[in-house]
Amino acid sequence: MRAIPVGDHALLVELPDGDAALALHAELLRRRDAGALGPVTDIVPAARTVLVDGVADPARLAAALPTWEIPPTAPEAGDTVTLPVRYTGPDLAEVARHWGVKPDDVAGIHAGTAFRVAFCGFAPGFGYLTGLPERYAVPRRATPRTRVPVGSVALAGPYTGVYPHASPGGWQLIGTTDAVLWDPERAPAALLTPGTRVRFVPLAPEAASGSAG
Amino acid sequence: MSARPTLTVVAPGPLTTVQDLGRPGLAHLGVPRSGALDRPAHLLANRLVGNDPSAATLETTLGGCAVRPSHPVTAAVTGAFCAVTVDGTPAPWGAPVRVPAGAVLALGPAGSGVRCHVAFAGGVAVAPVLGSRATDLLSGLGPPPLAEGAELPLGAPGPPPAPADAIPHPAPPATLVLRVRPGPRDDWFAPGALATLASARYVVSPAANRIGLRTEGPPLARARDGELPSEGTVLGAVQVPPDGLPVVFLADHPPTGGYPVIGVVAEPDLAAAAQARPGTPVRFLVRGGAMRGGAIHRAAPGR
Repeated sequence: MRAIPVGDHALLVELPDGDAALALHAELLRRRDAGALGPVTDIVPAARTVLVDGVADPARLAAALPTWEIPPTAPEAGDTVTLPVRYTGPDLAEVARHWGVKPDDVAGIHAGTAFRVAFCGFAPGFGYLTGLPERYAVPRRATPRTRVPVGSVALAGPYTGVYPHASPGGWQLIGTTDAVLWDPERAPAALLTPGTRVRFVPLAPEAASGSAG
Repeated sequence: MSARPTLTVVAPGPLTTVQDLGRPGLAHLGVPRSGALDRPAHLLANRLVGNDPSAATLETTLGGCAVRPSHPVTAAVTGAFCAVTVDGTPAPWGAPVRVPAGAVLALGPAGSGVRCHVAFAGGVAVAPVLGSRATDLLSGLGPPPLAEGAELPLGAPGPPPAPADAIPHPAPPATLVLRVRPGPRDDWFAPGALATLASARYVVSPAANRIGLRTEGPPLARARDGELPSEGTVLGAVQVPPDGLPVVFLADHPPTGGYPVIGVVAEPDLAAAAQARPGTPVRFLVRGGAMRGGAIHRAAPGR
């Protein structure tokens, strides 16, 4: 663990991997909720870091961090969200080629994986989900699409994401869900918050098209 | 006259948005903080009309705007200096102005600076999204920028404000001076990059916006190729994309990013950044240079 000052009121804590980042994020939330952290504006987990922003005394926090006992995230920790998916994305064949499997096998592999939201970014409610083994990492598309439909289930690098809004995007699209990923009237507005466990459940395309109308 | 006071947009200007103190605390959900770029101007405008600091104001961009209240209302214009009129009659800038029902409050183009803030007693009362009425131009949260003919609700005014101090016209700086604390990723840059940032001539780019103050000048050379794994970013971060030109993150900045941040601008300096026009010289005052002299010239790990 290495804590780097960011301006006068923030600290970027570097960790060996995403699991360690999630574990520190959870510990920071526990301490904040217990009133043991002091005032803080934002706690932002990312791929291998946690940013703590709006801290009065970052140096003091940096000095204290190495003394903390940070339990690893238990597999059963966190809420679970189940997302029904029609695995009919336009990049299914491309992903299958990268994975070295048949297009029909992509859904089974993806839906058989236990995911967790590592962090959010790119857009409100866009979660970066980890869980796929490294060999299933895929590159971004060479040319991003100008419009990716809302609810698209997509892959890039080691991550799975679900587009909470229609937007431009360069991820490989493997399916679609009707789940509402983002609703500002809901608390929290994001369905996929850092630390949440996620399971994808394949829907038969015909059944889904029947219920989509 | 309807019961609820409203503002009708007569002329929206090039870009006028609703702003308040933004949505801090939601970066972990991918939500930018947003909010007034020139925060002192926003706070002052609210104080002049007796509003709470969190009341929403209008933020104009260079070209002014005109609005017509349905009910009599007290307004105040701060930030960039501009001509203020009520139905064509000159009215004071930086002071409470009484606008009769149906009269047009017009702001001329900014005479200096970029952004005016206009407060109305009771505040602009569009529906809050995630606790804020701010227009976020990066993620699209909040109300859209003002459009001609749009109606914006106004809130109920509080008690009349205490008399305010005299408000000096802001003289926008001939040179924008931004104090920068190095890091967190200054070690991603070639030796001398921080020294270049500290000594070279940069100017505000025409592409500067609410997301970032883009600058033009000598590119900062990287010592490492590739992208960082995405990491959290802060207001004032000086991010350096592949073209090597520093971008100072303003209120609508993305909450995470993969380009290295060479330093962070002190928050009190960002109000001046919000008022710096394209072409304004920028001087990055790199703080702690002596203390971190080793870091400035630290050889990057070979690769």
